[in-house]
Amino acid sequence: MTATLSLPAKGQSVIRLSGVSKNFGAVSALTDIELDVKAGEVVALVGDNGAGKSTLVKVLAGVHQPSSGTIEFCGQQVSLDTPAKALDMGIATVFQDLALCENLDVVANLFLGHEMSPWALDEVAMEVRAWTLLRELAARIPSVREPIASLSGGQRQTVAIARSLLLNPKLIMLDEPTAALGVAQTAEVLNLIERVRDRGLGVIIISHNMEDVRAVADRIVVLRLGKNNGVFTPKSSNQDLISAITGATDNSVSRRADRKAGEAQEHNGGAA
Amino acid sequence: MSQNPSQPMLDRSDERVRHDDSLAAVAKGFIDRVRSGDLGMLPVAVGLVVISIVFSALNPIFLAPNNLVNLLFDCATVGVISLGIVCVLVLGEIDLSVGSMSGLASAMVGVLWVNQGWPIAGAILAALVVGAGVGLLYATLYNRLGMPSFVATLAGLLALLGMQLYILGPTGSINLPYASSLVRFGQILIMPDWLSHTLALLPGLVMIGRGLRTRNQRLAANLSAQPMRALILKAAVLTVALEAAVFYLNLGRGMPWMFALFIALAVILNYALTRTQWGRSMFAVGGNKEAARRSGINVRRIYMSAFMLCSTLAALGGILSASRLASSSQQAGTGDVNLNAIAAAVIGGTSLFGGRGSAYSALLGIIVIQAISNGLTLLNLSSSLRYMITGGVLAIAVIVDSLARRSRVSHGRA
Repeated sequence: MTATLSLPAKGQSVIRLSGVSKNFGAVSALTDIELDVKAGEVVALVGDNGAGKSTLVKVLAGVHQPSSGTIEFCGQQVSLDTPAKALDMGIATVFQDLALCENLDVVANLFLGHEMSPWALDEVAMEVRAWTLLRELAARIPSVREPIASLSGGQRQTVAIARSLLLNPKLIMLDEPTAALGVAQTAEVLNLIERVRDRGLGVIIISHNMEDVRAVADRIVVLRLGKNNGVFTPKSSNQDLISAITGATDNSVSRRADRKAGEAQEHNGGAA
Repeated sequence: MSQNPSQPMLDRSDERVRHDDSLAAVAKGFIDRVRSGDLGMLPVAVGLVVISIVFSALNPIFLAPNNLVNLLFDCATVGVISLGIVCVLVLGEIDLSVGSMSGLASAMVGVLWVNQGWPIAGAILAALVVGAGVGLLYATLYNRLGMPSFVATLAGLLALLGMQLYILGPTGSINLPYASSLVRFGQILIMPDWLSHTLALLPGLVMIGRGLRTRNQRLAANLSAQPMRALILKAAVLTVALEAAVFYLNLGRGMPWMFALFIALAVILNYALTRTQWGRSMFAVGGNKEAARRSGINVRRIYMSAFMLCSTLAALGGILSASRLASSSQQAGTGDVNLNAIAAAVIGGTSLFGGRGSAYSALLGIIVIQAISNGLTLLNLSSSLRYMITGGVLAIAVIVDSLARRSRVSHGRA
């Protein structure tokens, strides 16, 4: 039933959240979150540690169930009960902890849960597809038949990203996709995000790296303590963004900047 | 190699990886794997050689063909149970009640068939269904209530044993008729020589056939393939070894049908674990349950399938042991059956920590365990000594598993 949902036209909503809350016991991890991601749009989700970014991603991935609120996917109200359901609908996720099985090889991890010909696994076809995907990401993976345990953090991250692309999703969520990546691989991931956007998919990216965020995001949604705290464009000033993220114009980042500026002035004054 | 050198193979474009093409390099790769803690079947091979030397020195009858035939009969009963243990161990779980389950199944066959006059097939089916039901119960306790399988099956060990004693009643033992097909299957039925020799050719032929097909597919897809010589050499060694074993057994009574059934089950389970989506999901859940769940695998169903398969195979093992002993008694399934089944899987290379294992580990492991047990019996040792020695062997097997795992982690092959 859900598999028939078609990709909405560019500019239409892929996913729309209204009033989504998530409580863990007495802790409200998310409170009344509003979020709208349109087809062909990259939305960056930023916020301090503990702002609720990863929780929100897990709600959308079907890992956690929201305590209240509604989620519309491609114009239909849906409930994302299990990760399998979210995947089948076309929501692919790269989790911060990557969620890979270390005892399985790269090919097995890429196709996990969606193997080709379930009753007589087609290893050759899967391996060819794996190499093609990894090539697109400019991955430097020595062998796809080694267990994930033997790969470096960056290589694992590439595998996790490749896996999200495998099922032709409509919405891709990347939780800190470039955290462990090298220079070339980061550029490839950013290129990839742009390619995916141009194909008309919705993209949600979480990152602490403002440079990456500004490079690809169409909108920047700020979360603070589990609540919406403003929507910005990539052209917004750093000052505005940081005060939205930290919740005050007077914060540790601005204080540090002021101090550095003061020191520089003093230094210049002393020299003159 | 007919490859265009300007266009490297898909999986050969990274210059950091050493590729083992020649036979010497294949051997070197094997040594590297063992050194990194990926022991595979090595402990079994070493164990069998040591056991053969020690016991045949103490009592030459040990290696006599007919003693080995008896050994294989005994292997089949606990071996089938051990196949089920492999399934739960791959998930990193355990079933401690397989011995009691097998005892209950053997009692059910005796009571329903001999005492109640059910048709034999009906009695066997009922025992298997009860086995599946017990597995379903464990899975439900685990999935819904979060009860650790260790505790749930420990409770099951006692409960099932109680049920076995209850249905056997005060007589405590039921003799199965000697002329029946079930008892003949467990004690007498032997494969004809020509058939066993023919079947011994099969694994090698299948290996070459499948190897060639995979090789062609891989080369067509621009992937590297196993060198031809290695493939043929492996198949030849396997065939010679199997034919020699069958020839030696045929000097005595020959290959028991019951052991053939066990091998067939092991082959089927191996296929299911390595070549189907279900098997891939089993290893994924055993390796990282949460990752498996997020990949869309129905983790609960995987647990259910494993526990049900384990209990059902335990019931089948109990039925086979009833046919082997021609009786259903209070002693069936007690004593060392539980530990032997678990030890066999671990000795064969299935990890207690989940995510690693193979159906053949049960096949090879049980031969080691039964060889020890058989050798000690030939020496007329009391069961007190037998238990102590078997316990020691199990401890060594687990130590080897733990050390190998530590080494694998440090070599990045967990």
